[in-house]
Amino acid sequence: MPAATLPTLTPKDFASDQDVRWCPGCGDYSILAQMKKVCASLGIPREKFVFISGIGCSSRFPYYMNTYGFHTIHGRAPTFATGLKVARPDLLVWVITGDGDGLSIGGNHLLHALRRNVDIKIVLFNNEIYGLTKGQYSPTSRLGTRTKSSPLGSIENPIRPITIALAAEATFVARTIDVDVNHLTETLRRAAFHKGSAFVEVYQNCKVFNDGVFEYTTDKEVKSENVLYLEQGKPLIFGKNRDKGIRLNGLEPEVVELGKGVSVDDLIIHDEKAAEPTLAFVLSRMYHPQFPEPVGVFRAIERPTFEDLLNRQVEDAIKAKGRGKLEELFQSEDIWVVEEAEANGPAALD
Amino acid sequence: MSATAEAMTKASLSKQRHIEERPEVVVRFAGDSGDGMQLAGTQFSNASAVFGNDISTLPDFPAEIRAPAGSLAGVSGYQIHFSSYDIYTPGDRVNALVAMNPAALKTNIKDLEEGGILIVNSDAFTTSDLQKAGYKTNPLEDGSLKKYRLVAVPITKLNREALSDLKLSPREVDRCRNFFVLGLVYWLYERPLEPTLRWIKEKFARNPAVMEANIRALKAGYSYGETLEELPVQYRVPKAKIAPGRYRKITGNEATALGLVTAGQLAGKTLVYCSYPITPASDILHTLAEMRRYGVVTIQAEDEIAAIGAAIGASFGGALGVTGTSGPGVCLKSEAINLAVMAELPVVIIDVQRAGPSTGMPTKTEQADLLQALFGRNGESPVVVLAPASPAECFTLIIEAIRLAVSYMTPVFFMSDGYLANSAEPWPIPKVEELPKIEIKHPTEPNEDGQFMPYKRDHRLVRPWALPGTPGLEHRIGGLEKEDVTGNVSYDPLNHEHMVRTRAQKVANIADEIPPLSVLGPETGDLLVISWGSTYGAIVAAVERAQRKGLSVACAQLRYLNPMPKNTGEVLRRYKRVLVPELNLGHLRLLLQGRYLVECVGLNKVQGRPFLVSEIEEKIHQLLQV
Repeated sequence: MPAATLPTLTPKDFASDQDVRWCPGCGDYSILAQMKKVCASLGIPREKFVFISGIGCSSRFPYYMNTYGFHTIHGRAPTFATGLKVARPDLLVWVITGDGDGLSIGGNHLLHALRRNVDIKIVLFNNEIYGLTKGQYSPTSRLGTRTKSSPLGSIENPIRPITIALAAEATFVARTIDVDVNHLTETLRRAAFHKGSAFVEVYQNCKVFNDGVFEYTTDKEVKSENVLYLEQGKPLIFGKNRDKGIRLNGLEPEVVELGKGVSVDDLIIHDEKAAEPTLAFVLSRMYHPQFPEPVGVFRAIERPTFEDLLNRQVEDAIKAKGRGKLEELFQSEDIWVVEEAEANGPAALD
Repeated sequence: MSATAEAMTKASLSKQRHIEERPEVVVRFAGDSGDGMQLAGTQFSNASAVFGNDISTLPDFPAEIRAPAGSLAGVSGYQIHFSSYDIYTPGDRVNALVAMNPAALKTNIKDLEEGGILIVNSDAFTTSDLQKAGYKTNPLEDGSLKKYRLVAVPITKLNREALSDLKLSPREVDRCRNFFVLGLVYWLYERPLEPTLRWIKEKFARNPAVMEANIRALKAGYSYGETLEELPVQYRVPKAKIAPGRYRKITGNEATALGLVTAGQLAGKTLVYCSYPITPASDILHTLAEMRRYGVVTIQAEDEIAAIGAAIGASFGGALGVTGTSGPGVCLKSEAINLAVMAELPVVIIDVQRAGPSTGMPTKTEQADLLQALFGRNGESPVVVLAPASPAECFTLIIEAIRLAVSYMTPVFFMSDGYLANSAEPWPIPKVEELPKIEIKHPTEPNEDGQFMPYKRDHRLVRPWALPGTPGLEHRIGGLEKEDVTGNVSYDPLNHEHMVRTRAQKVANIADEIPPLSVLGPETGDLLVISWGSTYGAIVAAVERAQRKGLSVACAQLRYLNPMPKNTGEVLRRYKRVLVPELNLGHLRLLLQGRYLVECVGLNKVQGRPFLVSEIEEKIHQLLQV
């Protein structure tokens, strides 16, 4: 459909008639609002959007979008999205998941959707807690997190969503923050336009069970010291006065202060298009409080998508040998013909 | 030659050699898994089918790819039943056994009939191979095989002599031994060599030396037959009475794959087959993976759950989503199957059953997943369950599975098993233009006052299959209970009960359009033998024998296990007794007794092997006190 004939869509057009039932103050509200804004801005007809989710607070998301939607089962949303995208490459398929859904019960599927580079957009709401089951620690909860199921503190080492996505050979990997509205919008837009699997981690506050876990990245007083905005081709600089940077010392990153013998030229220059994800991986391992935590696009490279390769095999096979006809398929093995006259053997006896 | 019943019962003598006519013969090739017995068996069955016999085959191979050479665990076998009349099974007793080594002899000899022909490769009966098979003395010499017509042939030596002038390694030469023995068995049963010669020429077109070696081995084996003093006889099995038409040999897995491709074309839809490799279902994936130019897409998923997830996702998008697996995979797919029940999306689940529980015996057959298919999920979860009765029937019934799935927006189970999957029989090649189209309608307009109601149903209680991408029909589906008509999430108690009953009734409504249960034999009588799935062949054969003995017995085959044909209860009540033979401990029996309050007797076998005809026959005799 030529763009000129598209109706102008507004965020309101993407709101379903269902009451939103997240807790007051939940970070999900902001993500929902920005998502509607982004969808309205893409120049894609509403019926082409499909939101697929698993189970958890975040996975209620499709019910609130006036698009096609599928609220599936715990952890498996990427599998449904894969089948849908293979069958219907014309659709823009979003997967909404959380840290429990995407990294615990569904960790396997996340890996494989990313490595296959299925053209789906996976948004992982990371609140470092199980919300819908009322507050147990999740695979991203920090060591020592006290919850109902870890009253003495979690003894499990957390995994980092970005690190996992990079290890799974994802072609687009980004992080953003629920209340950083402009950054969130821009990151979702970039994910939407990426051809291939896009993975976006959103730091999302759970008001009820894990309130303030990302406060160091959202509190106006301290956030500029704790957040590093990644920009393509720019040096890694942060701080209220933009006087600090990240330098590579051997294989380790280190925080340096600009000026005292350190210049901008000494800093890491961000390259989201780097063929190797080595530096992106280094960035993914920078944690508060030792480091500012990077947000933005860690990696954005091009690789053929799963469904394109698959459908190309179909086209190539047809091109090479013609579209398959059932008649020839049935007769591809040794066949024999029983003539009318022959069909008169003896009856069974025993 | 067109044989008559009279001719068949009399042995005919010729001056040169003695030829006996037989109505049917069962041959089994057994050897080490590296001996090429599956190939020999396949070639023999092709030759027999092309000759014009009815055939039924049963491969039996170990779960290990290559167990230690010469070990009992490494024995691989292939049984062929070929005949001059309709047969339904690979045969109970073996008339001629080929044993390529002591281990093959040890594991197979018990199935050879008394007086049966036993061809062994005497060169393989070395001290070490005898030891590996657990023989203390050489059975070829200790008199323990007296009951059989032993034909000890130094196959290794003879084969080497026949190929001595070819420039091949000793290993390559020895690999032709299966063709030598195949040639010998071809001689014994007057099989035509042409189909196999043709196959060898095609297969080894790029390797003339190996081609020549195999051809020569086959012919050498054949000629050797003429010189055999132990076997001054040949057997002739006349052509079978088969309906005119074009035929090919087909296994259950092949028929299933071809049926799926056909269903895709009959529906005008892309078939998306998603599977995780599992024995004995993997061959369906392999076959379909080669069918890209038929518009078939295959996805080898990361696990069983992903496989059905992708299949359901494809169906949501308007393709034909199908997943194939075996019992352990069904366990993993249960939650996703329930999602398709709740969301009311079409998906077909192929369960090629194998011996369980757990990993069980992966290459051995069983029918113990029926209750799992029907009930193995949380909540009230109605699904359609179909079961093919024979390898060739997999073709028509998988098409029916697809048709019901898309027509009723429901998951459909297709219950094959390891025996059906790997057994072969002649398949009358259908005429494409005679296959009925699968009609599918996707709505393009709102269905209620300018709005789209995704759970507004037709008279059969089926909801519309609206596809993403259709303007104005945007809607959300999922695993939470839905409000009737609108599909919005609802926890209303009465709505839930209404929806549970509606989903059940929708599946039950399928009984309105399926064929009634028919019986083979008298419409009323002393005994009805009722069955489902792959036991059909043995049961029909046994019941026909019993009928010829004048017994009042009929049989009926349930191809629709849910819903069952409407007249099932009525049919059961027309007989004094009901026998339910199953390769499990009584799944169908439980269902029939529970639903129809008719007392049923079970005949249950869980040995990883199909029923013998004689086992069914004995039970019939026992029940009728013959």
